[in-house]
Amino acid sequence: MEEAYDVLIVGGGVIGSAIAREMSRYQLKIGVLEKNLDVCYETSGRNSAVVHGGFAYDPGTLKARLCVEGNRMMDQLSSELDFAFRRCGKVLVGNTPQDLETLKKTIQQGEENGATGLELIDEQQLHQLVPAVVGKFAMYSKNSGIMDPFGFTIALAENAHANGVDYFFDHKVTGICRADGRYRVSTEKGDFYSRWVVNAAGLGCKEISDLLGITGYRVIGSKGDYLVLDERTGKLLPMPVYPVPSNTYMGIHVTSTIDGNVTVGPNAETVTDFTDYGVPQRNMDFLAESASQLWPHIRKADYIRNYSGILPKWVDENGVIQDFKIEIRDDIAPNAINLVGIESPGLTAAVPIARYAISLMAQREKLIENPRFSPLRKGIVRLRGKSDEEKAALIAQNPDYGELICRCEQVSKAEILQAIHNPLGVHTMVGIKYRTRSMMGRCQGGYCQMRIAQLLEQELGLKETEILYARQGSQLFAGKVREEAEG
Amino acid sequence: MKQPKQIDAVIVGGGPAGLAAAVALFDHGIENIIILEREAQLGGILRQCIHDGFGLTRFSQTLSGPEYAQRFIDAVEKRRIPYLLKASVLEVSADKTVTAATRDGLMQWKAGAVILTMGCRERTRGALAIPGDRPAGVFTAGVVQAYINLYNRMPGKEVVILGSGDIGMIMARRLTLEGAHVLGVFEVQPYPSGLPRNIQQCLLDFDIPLHLSHTVTQIHGKSRLTGVTISQVDDKMQPIPGTETFYPCDTLVLSVGLIPENELTIDAGAVLDSRTKGADVDENYQTSVPGIFAAGNVLHVHDLVDFVSLEAERLAASVAVYLREHQLPCCPIPVIPGDGIGHVIPQHISGQRDVSLSLRVNRPFENAAIVVRQQGRALCRKPLRKIAPAQMLELTVKAQQIAPEQALEVSVE
Repeated sequence: MEEAYDVLIVGGGVIGSAIAREMSRYQLKIGVLEKNLDVCYETSGRNSAVVHGGFAYDPGTLKARLCVEGNRMMDQLSSELDFAFRRCGKVLVGNTPQDLETLKKTIQQGEENGATGLELIDEQQLHQLVPAVVGKFAMYSKNSGIMDPFGFTIALAENAHANGVDYFFDHKVTGICRADGRYRVSTEKGDFYSRWVVNAAGLGCKEISDLLGITGYRVIGSKGDYLVLDERTGKLLPMPVYPVPSNTYMGIHVTSTIDGNVTVGPNAETVTDFTDYGVPQRNMDFLAESASQLWPHIRKADYIRNYSGILPKWVDENGVIQDFKIEIRDDIAPNAINLVGIESPGLTAAVPIARYAISLMAQREKLIENPRFSPLRKGIVRLRGKSDEEKAALIAQNPDYGELICRCEQVSKAEILQAIHNPLGVHTMVGIKYRTRSMMGRCQGGYCQMRIAQLLEQELGLKETEILYARQGSQLFAGKVREEAEG
Repeated sequence: MKQPKQIDAVIVGGGPAGLAAAVALFDHGIENIIILEREAQLGGILRQCIHDGFGLTRFSQTLSGPEYAQRFIDAVEKRRIPYLLKASVLEVSADKTVTAATRDGLMQWKAGAVILTMGCRERTRGALAIPGDRPAGVFTAGVVQAYINLYNRMPGKEVVILGSGDIGMIMARRLTLEGAHVLGVFEVQPYPSGLPRNIQQCLLDFDIPLHLSHTVTQIHGKSRLTGVTISQVDDKMQPIPGTETFYPCDTLVLSVGLIPENELTIDAGAVLDSRTKGADVDENYQTSVPGIFAAGNVLHVHDLVDFVSLEAERLAASVAVYLREHQLPCCPIPVIPGDGIGHVIPQHISGQRDVSLSLRVNRPFENAAIVVRQQGRALCRKPLRKIAPAQMLELTVKAQQIAPEQALEVSVE
C-alpha cells in the first residue's frame, strides 16, 4: 500500500532535520528521505562546529539575518534538545594596519546585521583571552560559540521522530514527478507520495532542484580539510582563533571543540566530486604550517585524525558566491520548497532556515498546530565530565555505567547500549561513534571497536557480515575465522 | 560514595607487568594490595598473543602468550592476592587516591603506593596522517589480532601490511594461516622495526615479501578498502614521485609503533620523557610524583615480555622499601641518551648502588659498543657485533664507578 505524506523532505542533514522538527509543530504527516545510513554523514557533520556570530555576511542577506537569529536561539535549542553548546566567544586576530581596517569594517557590518558583543581588543586583552595566540590585536566576538554538530543534528532528528516524523535511511531519491496535484518521489527502494516536497539535499541540492524542474542553478563544492589534535591541546585554546577574513573565505583557523580537542583548518578547494573526503598530504602540511602562525602549539605528535567537509555553494555565472536560496516556485513546482546553496553558516542558522522555509509554506496553506508537539528531547547521559558523586549515582542506578567500553573518551556500556538502540534505528559503527564519542579519542577505537561491533551483533541480532562501518558496502568483516559454535 | 579504603599498594592493570609486580610485592611481605584490571580476565595483551616465543629468557621455554600469563595468574591465585576485574581506573591523584568504575559502583582507595602498569596502545592511521579515503578495512595490527584470536572475526582476505613491527609480522603469518592472502609487508625505514626471528618465522617461512623504504601514500575506497598506493621513499623517508604502485586489497594492517598508555600518569602530575612517552623515573621506578611507580610497556615499550616481568619485579623491590621506610634514596644523577641512543631507563639514579640501564639504539649499528661515560670517563662498555633498534639492551653500571652529582651519558661508539 502506498504511503501518502503531507510533506516529504529530501535530505536528513541538519537542515532537513531542522525543517522536520519545526514542521512537526503542525498537523502534518512528514517523511524524511535520506540517502545515507544516518543523519550527519556529509556537510552537517563535517565542518568547524562553530556557532557563528553573524558578522561575516553582507547586510541584508539571508545568511546574515538567519545566522544572527540562529546564534541568539542556540542556548534555548541546546536546553530543549540536550546537545552540547558553549558560548565561549571567538577572536579574529590581526597584525597589519590593513587588518585593523578590515576588522573595523567587520564590526560595522556585524552591527548592521544585528550581531552584538563585537569589540576590538589590544594585544594584552587578546593574550588574556587566549594566552598563546600570535597577533597584535583582534576582534572579539563574545557571542560566538562551539557546539557538537553530530549531537545537534541527531537531536533535531530524534525530536522530529518523537513528534511523528518518519525517517527513511538508505533512500536515495532518483525521480520526482508531479501528477494529480501531488508528487511522486521515487527512490531505489520504492515510490513515495506527498502533497509537498522539500529540497534539503545539501550537496545534492542542484540534482533535486533539477528533478523538481527548477533548473539553472550552478552549485560548486568547496572542500575543506581539517586536522584533529589530541584533547591535551584543548586546554591551551579556550576559544576558536581565526585570521582576518577575506571577502569569500574565513581562512584557516584553530578551533577548540566542545569535547576538548582542537581542529585545524579548513583550506578551500573547489571540487566536482562531492563524495571524495580524502585528505591529501600536502594539505595537511599546509594546514599545520599556516595555522602555526596563529597558534604555535600544533605538533604532529598530537594528530589523532584528519577529516574534510564539502560546502555546497551557489554561484553565479562569474563564480561569485550567492546567498542562501530558499524559494517556492509556484510557476514551475508548486508546493515544493527549494533550498539551494545552504552552506556555512547553515549549522548556526539551521532552525531559522527551517522557520523561514515553513513561513513560505504557510503563505500558501494554513498550518494547524500540533497539540501533541513537544520541543523537548533528552540525549544519552554521559559518564564523563560528571562529579564522583554523580558517577556513583549513575552506576547505582544502572550498573552498565560502571563498565567502561571506550577508555579514551570514558564511554560506558550503558551509553553504547543506548546508542545502539537509538530512536532512529541507525546501526553503523560511525552512528555509535557520533552518538557517544566512542572511537573518537586518541586510540581511535583500538581498544573499544571490537566490543562495540560485538554489542551491535548481540543487541540487534546482526550477522558479523552485516556490521557496517559507515556506508552501504562498508562491511567491517569478511566473515568468521572458524564456523564452530562460539563459546 | 563510601570512604576510600586504606591500602598499601594499588596496581593499575593486570597484564604481565602488573601481575609480576603484585607477586613480587607479596613475596616482599607487602600483602595489603589489589590489582585493578579493566578486562574480564587477567593477563592483559598476552591473552590475544596465541603465538609462541614468550618466556625463552625467563623460563628457558617457549610459551604462548596465554601460557606465559597463566604462570603469573597462578602465582597470584596461589597467594590469594586480591584483584578486581572489569574495574576501569578513572583517576590516580597525586595524593595516591585511586578511583575506579566497576559494575558494583565507583570505588576509591587511598594507597601508600600506586603502581602504574597500564601497558601501551598502537599508533593509528590518524597519528600517521596517511592520506586518502576513509573506508572500512584499515585496522591496527593489535585490533586484527583481537578480532581473529578473541572474537572469531575475519577482518579481510587480501591484505597489505604497513610497518614491520613484531605484531604486524605475526599477523602476516596469522592471516596467511587463516586463508587470507598477504601481499607484502612495507616498511618506511631502510631496516625492519621488528625482531630478526619474526622476519624469519613470520615472513620468510611463508614467502611473504618485506619491502624496506616503502610506505602507503594513498588509501582508496569509499565504502570498503579497494586498494592502496605504495611509494618508495628516499633517505629522508619522503615518497619518491614516479614510484607509485597500486595494490588492490580489502584490508590494510598498520603495525607502525606503540605508545605507552599514560593518560592516568599525566593526570597524576608525573613528568613524562619525550623520548619514551612514558614517565621519567629514577632507579626505583618512582615517577616524579613520590609514591607513584611505573614499569612495563607503560614506562617504555619493550621487545620481550620477559623483560617486562623483570622490570616489574625490580619495581616491586623498591616499592617494598618505600612502604617500609617511607622514602627512597635521593636520585640526583641524570642519565642522558647520547649519540645513537633512542632512550634510556631510568632517567635518574642515586649513584649509591649498581644500576641496570635499559635502552634502545635509534638506528642499526655493526661492530660498535654501548659506552656509559661520566664527564668523558668511561664507566662501562658493552661491545656488540650487531645492534638494531628493535632490540632492547641492558647493561649494568657499578656503584663504585659512579662519581657523585655528574650526569651519566650513554652513547654508541
